[in-house]
Amino acid sequence: MSELVIHTDKLTKRFGDFVAVDALSLSISGGEIFGFLGANGAGKTTAIRMLTALLAPTSGSATVAGFDLYTGSEGIKRNIGYMSQRFSLYDDLTVRENIRFFAGIYGLTTQAIKEKSRQLLETLKLVEVADVRLASLPLGWKQKLAFSVAILHEPKIVFLDEPTGGVDPVTRRRFWDMIYEASGRGLTIFVTTHYMDEAEYCDRLCIMVDGRVAALNRPEAMKQHFSAESMNDVFIQLARPGRME
Amino acid sequence: MKEALLVAGVGKRFGKVQALREINFAVGEGELFGLIGADGAGKTTLIRILVTLLLADEGRSELLGLDVVGSYRELRQRIGYMPGKFSLYPDLSVEENLRFFASVFGTTVEKNYELIREIYSQLEPFKTRRAGKLSGGMKQKLALSCALVHRPEVLFLDEPTTGVDAVSRQEFWQMLGRLREQGMTILVSTPYMDEAVLCDRIAFMQEGRILAIDTPAGITTLFPKPLFAIRASETGRLLSVLRSSSHAASVYAFGSALHYTDNRPSVSADELLASLHAQGFSELSVSVIQPGIEDTFIALMEEKQGAAHE
Repeated sequence: MSELVIHTDKLTKRFGDFVAVDALSLSISGGEIFGFLGANGAGKTTAIRMLTALLAPTSGSATVAGFDLYTGSEGIKRNIGYMSQRFSLYDDLTVRENIRFFAGIYGLTTQAIKEKSRQLLETLKLVEVADVRLASLPLGWKQKLAFSVAILHEPKIVFLDEPTGGVDPVTRRRFWDMIYEASGRGLTIFVTTHYMDEAEYCDRLCIMVDGRVAALNRPEAMKQHFSAESMNDVFIQLARPGRME
Repeated sequence: MKEALLVAGVGKRFGKVQALREINFAVGEGELFGLIGADGAGKTTLIRILVTLLLADEGRSELLGLDVVGSYRELRQRIGYMPGKFSLYPDLSVEENLRFFASVFGTTVEKNYELIREIYSQLEPFKTRRAGKLSGGMKQKLALSCALVHRPEVLFLDEPTTGVDAVSRQEFWQMLGRLREQGMTILVSTPYMDEAVLCDRIAFMQEGRILAIDTPAGITTLFPKPLFAIRASETGRLLSVLRSSSHAASVYAFGSALHYTDNRPSVSADELLASLHAQGFSELSVSVIQPGIEDTFIALMEEKQGAAHE
């Protein structure tokens, strides 16, 4: 097994009396595709905000990309990537401007930005539309670009927060091809989704219910354990709010 | 069946983008009709034309026997619309939002309480909470309550379940089922293919066009070829081997299986099994399956796009 890219021990976040994330303990290795599932309000977003060093935990400990969550938040931010359906790229900027903007944010040098932009435009076959505003591109292209931009600075891990919401079934599957390919190169993928068929494409899954880990295993093992035909059945069995004692 | 909605030759253009072209369909009274398609397919534009908020460039639409352009004032009293974006007042409480929408339609919450009771009762413990502070599932229930508070004859729901988890989605569809039992005509859009089976009839939309309209069972008969489900221990390698095979017509991942069609006219499951076995796959299974809604959508999409894709 390769090194742990995420390791958390009883990571907890309280908002007043409400325990949003309750003693989350996870170990995720390099190159793993880790699916993070749960109903709305189960604590997924809070957990991701802690792991991306945007929100301080109440208690517990964690290292992400080799940095401590309490003392190394700048190191974490430099070594992770993030993409969501709602916020990824700027529609009013061109393809080239988006690349330059995000590369700049991640602290790449002017020379590196030039080189990376050229490479990226070529690999994604976007050279001809490099100066076109993003708004007029098909969704599938935007998604490819958003993912590539999120990993432009070669992070150890990328967080994908519902990356495929509202996307057509073909584009959705092409996106997963990119995920597989990146994971094959050793990138760790931490992904949330509401599509239960996508849950089955993950190496391991964690299902959160009311702030706690209700199940953590490989998809096949989980289906076997719950005698379920599909991940959808597992999810419905587990995630109905208020079901867990 | 009497028609509640009739759409004839509707088209809409925004600048260079043809958002809708030649849209034709009818929805019967009491029918639960689904518009199925991805973001950008034109679902929202179509719904906004039908709820009298946007003018079509071409064609005409009739709702409850009235023209959506000429009779927009009357129609607005008789239809309910839940937009895709959360459009309630975040600074008003749950109860204030509901009372506000009731008063806009010249009615009261009490008058139509029976219709929304089942949905709203789940929100009542939080009725003093500001709408902006609700969870996603609760916002959605409040938005539906507000769309129903004047007892509309036709209900339009634009992607009510986008971004909502599988459990809440299931509950939402159970609510729609009960509204339908009460005779309400419902037109709902969704990007989730698994929700299509819960509709009486569906229209597949892609790039501003309707690809097909039928019952969920009927639409899958449009799938053009025998479909195989293939499983093996190494799904990733199986995917790339099948894709590079010259016989493959289509290969897509569906959960833990791959759905495969072959371009030879009569290849059997046993032949596929043997050839994959020879390529060193273990724990192999190949079976002929009935295509689902998503299989059919993909097939029709690709047919339309032809060889444009790599």
